[in-house]
Amino acid sequence: MHELPITQSILDLALKHAAEAGGGHITDLYLVVGQLSGVVDASVQFYWDILTEDTPAEGSQLHFRHTVMEMECRECGTTFIPEEPVFICTACGSPSVKVIAGDEFRLEAIDLKPTDGSGELESDR
Amino acid sequence: MSERIPVQEKITSQNDIIAAENRARIDAAGIFSINLMASPGAGKTSLIEQTVPRLNDRFRIGVIDGDLATSFDADRAARAGAVSVQINSASCHLDAPMVSQGLDRLDLEALDFLIVENVGNLVCPAGWQLGTHASALVASIPEGDDKPFKYPGMYRGVDVLVINKIDLIPYLAFDMDRFRQGVEALNEGVATFPLSCTTGEGIEPWLEWVMNRIAGRS
Repeated sequence: MHELPITQSILDLALKHAAEAGGGHITDLYLVVGQLSGVVDASVQFYWDILTEDTPAEGSQLHFRHTVMEMECRECGTTFIPEEPVFICTACGSPSVKVIAGDEFRLEAIDLKPTDGSGELESDR
Repeated sequence: MSERIPVQEKITSQNDIIAAENRARIDAAGIFSINLMASPGAGKTSLIEQTVPRLNDRFRIGVIDGDLATSFDADRAARAGAVSVQINSASCHLDAPMVSQGLDRLDLEALDFLIVENVGNLVCPAGWQLGTHASALVASIPEGDDKPFKYPGMYRGVDVLVINKIDLIPYLAFDMDRFRQGVEALNEGVATFPLSCTTGEGIEPWLEWVMNRIAGRS
């Protein structure tokens, strides 16, 4: 759904950090995607290949680490992964539960290959 | 050899920077503002039509309307008595730079209350901060009581929840307890206003909430 602007944001963020680190070619990106963010990997990947053309991230690999929605029971303290479509404690059956994980949506790291002396990037001269 | 560069930054951080700038502008003008979200047809524009005329004699109200292709909603907001500007977003949600452009077109000093009407969608708008003070979700009875379970990201992020079309409860199999249990699991203690934009039932507590928040800003 909103993966085009999301993908553009990932690229902008990666390019900013690459420039701050002295530039070079981005080879890999490590993303953490929580279930609650509603982001679809395949769709991000689709736009990624288009948006990165002729940028220092062209040909780079996206790595997705997923976190599922986790809940905690307010009654007995048990943590569990809800089996949709009910939010009920799997231990004591209480409906008084809350979300404790699954909101994540961030870029953890990028791998950067310095342009100098690598040879590969100049090869198409 | 490539080098690992740690980033640890939210994907939407650039948007959030613009959202903070929007907030500063809204705050400087002493305005209270909400980001109004919902699925298409839940009643965002109807809520604006019910709210604006009831507050118009006390407060000056502006509406920034996000719409894919038409100005129908902005026209309805204007007819209800608000100063309205429209952004044809050509997107599934509004983001902070779009709202910034909307703010450019309003005389902020001449407003007390600003409603940003987002694009009808239960997934995308939740991820994008706009700089408003509160995020409001309009749910509606015909959508069904399973929506908090199916769209947890949206229900999780809002500060106030309006449940519209309660006049239809007798005709539909909507389990209010199930709905509210799902909401409470995702968003404990969220301010909730069941109402009907058709009959006007339940509108007063919603207006009270809005007025209290406006009074808290100016």
